[in-house]
Amino acid sequence: MWKVIGERAVSLVVTLLVASVGIYGALFLAPGNPATLLAGGHATPAVLAAIERTEHLNEPFFTRYWDWLVGVLHGNLGQSFVYREPVTTLLAGRVGNTVFLVLYAATLIIAGGVVLGLLAALDRRAGAAITVLTSVGLGIPSFVAAIALITVFSVKLGWFPVFGSGTDLLSQLWHLTLPAVALAISWTAYTAQLTKAAVREELGREHVETARSRGISRRHVILRHVLRNAMIPITTVSGLTVAGLIAGDVVVEQAFGINGLGSFLVQSTLQKDFASVQAVSLILVATFVIVNGLVDLWSLVLDPRLRAGRA
Amino acid sequence: MNVLEINHLAVELPVEGALRRVLHDVTLSIGPGEAVGLVGESGAGKSMASRAVIRLLPAGAVVHGDIRYSGDSVLAMDRAALRHFRTHDVAMVFQDPRAHINPVRTIGDFLLEALLERGERRDDARAAVIALLAAVGVSEPERRLRQFPHELSGGLLQRVMIAAALAVSPTLLLADEPTTALDVTTQSDVMVILDARRRERGLAMLFVTHDLELAAAVCDRIAVLYAGFLVEDAPAGDLHRNLRHPYTAGLLASRPDPVAPRPRLAAIPGRPLSAFEVGAGCAFAPRCAFAVERCHLERPELRALDAGRVACHRAEELAGQLALSPTPGGGE
Amino acid sequence: MATLEAPLVATPAPRPRRRPDWVVLSTGTVIALLVLMAVFAPLLAPDNPDYANILATNQGPSAAHLLGTDSFGRDLLSRLIYGVRLSLLGPALIILIATLVGTVLAILSAWYGGWFDRVVSRVADILFAFPGLIFAMLAVAMFGPGLVAPVVALSISYTPYLMRVIRAEALRQRNLPYVAACYVGGLSVRTICTRHILRNVMPLLVVQAALSFGYALVDLAAVSYLGLGVQPPTPEWGVMVSTGQSAILAGHPQESLLAGLMIVITVVAFNLLGDRLASRQKGTVRA
Repeated sequence: MWKVIGERAVSLVVTLLVASVGIYGALFLAPGNPATLLAGGHATPAVLAAIERTEHLNEPFFTRYWDWLVGVLHGNLGQSFVYREPVTTLLAGRVGNTVFLVLYAATLIIAGGVVLGLLAALDRRAGAAITVLTSVGLGIPSFVAAIALITVFSVKLGWFPVFGSGTDLLSQLWHLTLPAVALAISWTAYTAQLTKAAVREELGREHVETARSRGISRRHVILRHVLRNAMIPITTVSGLTVAGLIAGDVVVEQAFGINGLGSFLVQSTLQKDFASVQAVSLILVATFVIVNGLVDLWSLVLDPRLRAGRA
Repeated sequence: MNVLEINHLAVELPVEGALRRVLHDVTLSIGPGEAVGLVGESGAGKSMASRAVIRLLPAGAVVHGDIRYSGDSVLAMDRAALRHFRTHDVAMVFQDPRAHINPVRTIGDFLLEALLERGERRDDARAAVIALLAAVGVSEPERRLRQFPHELSGGLLQRVMIAAALAVSPTLLLADEPTTALDVTTQSDVMVILDARRRERGLAMLFVTHDLELAAAVCDRIAVLYAGFLVEDAPAGDLHRNLRHPYTAGLLASRPDPVAPRPRLAAIPGRPLSAFEVGAGCAFAPRCAFAVERCHLERPELRALDAGRVACHRAEELAGQLALSPTPGGGE
Repeated sequence: MATLEAPLVATPAPRPRRRPDWVVLSTGTVIALLVLMAVFAPLLAPDNPDYANILATNQGPSAAHLLGTDSFGRDLLSRLIYGVRLSLLGPALIILIATLVGTVLAILSAWYGGWFDRVVSRVADILFAFPGLIFAMLAVAMFGPGLVAPVVALSISYTPYLMRVIRAEALRQRNLPYVAACYVGGLSVRTICTRHILRNVMPLLVVQAALSFGYALVDLAAVSYLGLGVQPPTPEWGVMVSTGQSAILAGHPQESLLAGLMIVITVVAFNLLGDRLASRQKGTVRA
């Protein structure tokens, strides 16, 4: 088991390193002078001089990359020459909202998706309705869901605020409910479809027949055998959902005007604040890779056959 | 009173929206401590018959006839009664232990689950299960409880399944081809253990198999199933001496004899029918060398003959004519 | 032993009745209509999509404007119809490039194996680390907003996904006896790969392309929605959802909602078609 974990950890670190080289290298691959790129739209001689002074752009690429990487590992994500502040400072106040929103949405996705999928697999009539619902839900992009929710629940009914992210926990919950729903809709549908397929498959398995033949109660058969085993395929493919959540977060924050990492990434891209774009991209990519690694680890916990190093 | 009584059992399964008959007419009883072999080809309905006994048929299945366990109708049981029946009175050993034991739970979970489900104390259940594992020839039982199914060989896993079945101290054991999925080398070991433990506890058994010889070796009586019909039911020892049904005779003739090899192995001509393909007459008539017009038109009833029962219009006439060869000397 | 598994003469399975497949028919019709709209937009659109009229902004449906007007007084129906063009062209390009590159790499990996396969798989793994949209935004930061950077970025980011699916199938094909027979029979590697393997992975390719199309459309529309892709006033659905958003607060959600609806309809049509084709394919493979 430790061998399997070790192998995966190594490949995770390699992926992270190569991805970070890519993100850092983007600065040099882009057309134009890196210094001008870092300066964004404000390439005054004074700014350019400052960049030359602090960023050592004339040194060899890997020296520069190494300095940057060491900085990143120490929590220094570089300097935004557009905002004239360290990127880390700019991000500090925004991370909380993003984490809250994504976790909120993830909770909705897991709870809603698994419950709907289970219901669809166990109850024929509910199944038909849920299948239609999830087929449509799967096709609703988060930003379309966002404007539909704003139209109905904020403007027409006035139940939820249109913008902002709230201050204390309760108002945060209130402010971020519609965004979380918008972010969750298509991935809940996706998870529900996955769960339905996995549960159906598992229901037809012979070991479930054994459990029934032994008089195990239906509740225990479903929980201990069907759902328990169905969690394995559901977990294995949840990487796509994690990627979708990260990408969707960017869009939803922008749609609802939430002050988080995602909207900051959009603003930075629009303002050509290259250092900030790099920093946020790195954070999002690293989060994705690490969460996927954790998901991998979790499937090792779920499936003893994987622990033995078998496929 | 008989442990199990099956009366005119017929089963229909939904296939593509229509009901399809997979079992036509099975009447069979098993006395206390008696072992009955239910023999038939794939598609004859033998697995369906054994699953019908514990109501383990696929959703939408329609069951006709009557199944009684110690006099109680199994088909009429409500949910609680059915659970009690399954947790206390009957246990099933399935064909493929690798598929029939949950691969992500430990052997211990599997063995204890049924006992805990009916409210036994964990410590007692654990001790009982460990003793049973030893009894079915599983070494280091305590360590096995912590292992997962993929860490055990097929033969070992089937012993675990047998132990699980015995653990609930049932009165009736259903064994659905318990050795077919195993390596040839472990088949006989597992069979010997199953047979020995059954006899020692005086369990009644319905032994489902396609292997007529094996059934004859471990069972008191043999019931032969063809295309969803029970065509013959005879004492196991009688089978070779007293051939009554042409199909059984054909089955016995189509096996290779290790002692006196014949130059050519006989085969029953034609292909086995599935239950749903059967016409109006005797199901075996299209392949039977002795079929007359009546056989094609009228379905033979299962009736008593000698020590057993047989469903063949010409059973009396053919007595003594049926050699261990499907094609009689003169041909027809 | 007297086994009863007597030699079976297989009966030919009854041919399944050919029933019209409503899912394929209806989704196919929707997609065909969208393509026709894109091609014949100038004929179908009742109005010039760029003609603004300050005196007739945010109007409801009327005889002159069947779906009403946007906040610049432009005819919404015409903008939606013209919007089909870029909204479909972008994802079509992405899928085309990704499928082409992915297939070539997949078949070469499957055929040659070894270091080539390992390198391709490794690169694919690393590209997987970038969610498509993030990759697209990085590209926009490098090359500036517009359709080109996101389309190229998303093509790169969709390639490994398609590559993996096709590689698995190509590998399966490669190990089938018929390929060995072709090889022994003296067919060139190129002929085997193009005439046989490619042909046999084709059905899978079509299904995967259909399934990915919806995702590509959503990603690209999202880029435009964020203001990083197609720029207003060019009619494109993602852009329209975005430009219509400010009117929602004033009680005129039609531009955003209608453009959003078009996206949903298109994506659902492609998803359902892809799913259905996939399950039919599975059926024929298993049978």
